[in-house]
Amino acid sequence: MKKCGMRNADRGMISDSTLRDRHPAFRISFFDYILRLADSCLILSQRLGEWCGRGPVLEEDLALTNVALDLNGQARLWLGYAAEIEGKGRTEDQLAFFRDAHEFRNLLLVEQANGDFAMTIARQFYFDLWHSWLLNELLYSSDQRIREISEKARKEVQYHLRRSAGWVIRLGDGTEESHIRMQHAADELWQFTGEFFETDALDNAMVQEKIGPDPRMFQMVWMDRVKSTFAEATLVLPETGWMQRGGKCGIHTERLGYLLAEMQFLQRAYPDAQW
Amino acid sequence: MNTTSPALAQIWSWLEEVVDPEIPVVSVVDLGIVRGLSWCEDQGEPKLTITITPTYSGCPATAVIKQDIVTALSEHGITHVQIETRLAPAWTTDWLSEKGKRCLREYGIAPPQRLGLDSEETLTECPRCGSKNTRMVSQFGSTPCKAFYVCDACCEPFDHFKCH
Repeated sequence: MKKCGMRNADRGMISDSTLRDRHPAFRISFFDYILRLADSCLILSQRLGEWCGRGPVLEEDLALTNVALDLNGQARLWLGYAAEIEGKGRTEDQLAFFRDAHEFRNLLLVEQANGDFAMTIARQFYFDLWHSWLLNELLYSSDQRIREISEKARKEVQYHLRRSAGWVIRLGDGTEESHIRMQHAADELWQFTGEFFETDALDNAMVQEKIGPDPRMFQMVWMDRVKSTFAEATLVLPETGWMQRGGKCGIHTERLGYLLAEMQFLQRAYPDAQW
Repeated sequence: MNTTSPALAQIWSWLEEVVDPEIPVVSVVDLGIVRGLSWCEDQGEPKLTITITPTYSGCPATAVIKQDIVTALSEHGITHVQIETRLAPAWTTDWLSEKGKRCLREYGIAPPQRLGLDSEETLTECPRCGSKNTRMVSQFGSTPCKAFYVCDACCEPFDHFKCH
């Protein structure tokens, strides 16, 4: 798996000045790539925020919203960088609040509805596992800012993973009811996990620049951890069938529109309103 | 730089009076957030640059801390201040000073023991009675940097500053 990674590769540094010298087309691709990192954090953060005041117990209410807060902070770091790369004077807030659904680059998984607690946990576990591997790889990016943000974010995400994996086991190996619900959630969201490992032209361009890793290299490691966690949780590994795709390129499920309508309402109704 | 500019050691001591708004017994210096101070000249005027490192990416206290630093320094006559945020190396609880840890314990928050998340639960001492017979109730507490615990010896709940 290491052979297609960036760890052993020469690490050419990209500084701000080299970015300025780059072809405008590269700048657009790079902007798009950072948006992928930003938007998955932002949209999942918004989803988790919907739990605020509705958690099954107070401790979980706090945990769900604290994870949301971490992801919001990470989204801000990525969006701020994306805005700089784009260089058109847009800010992180404008990128968050004034883009429409087709301009968002998040994974389809994170925009799926909260459902019951098991559904939220399954979504979180699949995502955390992928997210923590991705950030570990991005520590070796040729881009300095990506390395810095990843170093910061990865410690938070490792903590998220401990919690979500722990809950998968507790619910799967819990009561009859919790087991049924956890298995159902794991099955239901499985179709959105294929997108983690899908590689398109943009990914390939970033691999070539040693900016980001090849997503396919996560697949086996990710699957091994899912298998071992599910075994401990007495859950059956879902059968792989048709996998949903499109989020990374801006083709979303209808759920994203409703989410954005709520998240963006205030800024759309009262542009540039401040606290 | 400028002979009238206060010495950096003096500024460090002023910053020791700026506390974390959510844990008002620990200063931003003891928390390890302030990473560096330097004077430079900006259009003939002395300018103080303060480098800070946020604890957690989304911690809302960071914005308040920046404002509090600016306010505190202006009270000491330093008005030309620039605050730079540095992400790497990432903040760690290993940067918390011994004084900071002591203040946390006295305030009722179990300080982080050492870096390494896995054995954290077994190492956490109750800040009230000192017992190690404690358990985690929730991985998250009232702020991003804390987890929620209970002591099985004295039956008191308490916050634990997570190892990070």
